[in-house]
Amino acid sequence: MTNEYTCIRISNPTARVAAIELYRPTAMNALNMPMMDEIVDACNRFDADDGIGCIVIHGTEKVFAAGADIKEMEEADAVTMVKRDQFAVWERLRLIKKPLVAAVSGYALGGGCELAMMCDIIIASDTAQFGQPEINIGVMPGAGGTQRLTRALGKSLAMEMIMTGSMLSAAKACEHGLVSRVVPSAVFLQEAFSLASSIASKPPFAVRLAKEAVNAAIEQPLDAGLELERKNFYLLFASNDQKEGMAAFVEKRKPVWSGS
Amino acid sequence: MEMTTLLVHVDDGIMHIRLNRPEVFNACNNVMTTELQKAFSEAGTDERVRCVVLSGSGRAFCSGQDLKEAPGSEGQGTLRDALETRYNPIIRAMTSLPKPIIASINGVAAGAGLSLALAADIRIMSSAAKLVEAFAAIALVPDSGASFFYTRMLGYAQAFEFATRNGQFTAEQALKLGMVNMVVSPDVLDAAVLSLAKEYAAGPTTSYGYIKTLLRTAQTATLDEMLDHEREYQQSAGETQDYAEGVRAFQEKRKPAFSGR
Repeated sequence: MTNEYTCIRISNPTARVAAIELYRPTAMNALNMPMMDEIVDACNRFDADDGIGCIVIHGTEKVFAAGADIKEMEEADAVTMVKRDQFAVWERLRLIKKPLVAAVSGYALGGGCELAMMCDIIIASDTAQFGQPEINIGVMPGAGGTQRLTRALGKSLAMEMIMTGSMLSAAKACEHGLVSRVVPSAVFLQEAFSLASSIASKPPFAVRLAKEAVNAAIEQPLDAGLELERKNFYLLFASNDQKEGMAAFVEKRKPVWSGS
Repeated sequence: MEMTTLLVHVDDGIMHIRLNRPEVFNACNNVMTTELQKAFSEAGTDERVRCVVLSGSGRAFCSGQDLKEAPGSEGQGTLRDALETRYNPIIRAMTSLPKPIIASINGVAAGAGLSLALAADIRIMSSAAKLVEAFAAIALVPDSGASFFYTRMLGYAQAFEFATRNGQFTAEQALKLGMVNMVVSPDVLDAAVLSLAKEYAAGPTTSYGYIKTLLRTAQTATLDEMLDHEREYQQSAGETQDYAEGVRAFQEKRKPAFSGR
């Protein structure tokens, strides 16, 4: 995998897994506009690549991403912010069809926390800290924090975090369902790659439709979500992988997925 | 070291001891217990060794005594002798070794195999592994330190239930109960263990030895006794080269380079 980016580094840690490392070591990986453009660009490329089954977004052991780049916004007025609409590009990550895993160690603050929450699964190292500290600089979360944190943690805890800027430890984040599990910081990346590899070994079409259906559970009323789930389930019976999966089960052998 | 049931090698200050009878889930036969005694004795005398990792080959950590050579059965000597001459020396050697021992619980740890894991100082466990109390299932009692370790780690009531009802703990339960320190995915276990072993092998080994002795002693001592022990061991720790280096590094705002002495 060649790297033509400046704010991220991409790699191919195991078969069918692509990794995006947030890489602004001198700025605690603060998310600036070029970095978000690069993340979206890399995700789009991986999404179109049949050789990739899962995408991992990670930082270092010390920091995932410590917020959005404040210097970029400090002098801006409201009209500039609206015209720039820099957070809109983030929403393009919602269009990625392949599973996104965030591997968070150290700080995931502000925009860093919001980026992690845009992923489908968050794995936290035991040193991870999540927070939306925007209130401390006179603003509030602007890239999904108020919506996604509330959906993940419930209103009371989300309000407390957003209004005080306080941080949530990995253990607490796990207890409240923000992350799926907590792993030792020394191996948080290997754990994330291992999970991604496991997902990437599943039938891609079924993974894609399942992701869509789970997302409907948070975004749509129950009847609409159930309807989408049923339709996706039936749709899978048009795939070769459904035939192969069920045949292999009956014949007591391992399925070989074709991704079609 | 020439061994037939263990793979032993020293690398970068770490002695790796791997139980290597995967075809019988690393069950302990006579040769293996003799070789474990030898390996832990070597870990004590070899000055290069600053940390020990104990693990198992294949799918299991250790399934305990090999019942094909079950003591107490015909031609195999008594259980009393087996414990006195084979198992107890290993447990004593492990708990008195003044260096950290990491158990890498890659698969099932049962009976005396569980005791081996519990006699280590720190345990990292694969999420697919299990801890199994196998003694009562064949009408025996916990041995190789098991009765001590269970009660210290679990408290009496949990320990009694575990020991009498053929207890099994999943990795998740073991972590919650404090019997293991970390749980990781199976394919990440070796990396997690190596990372921790390297950390210990670069640490103040002599002081770690004192810490181990103090904490082991504290399990059967009074506060008054421990205050006396701490006073004496602190004096000794203060006389190590590593203490001088630690203070220097702190003042110079850099990471200390410990020699282990």
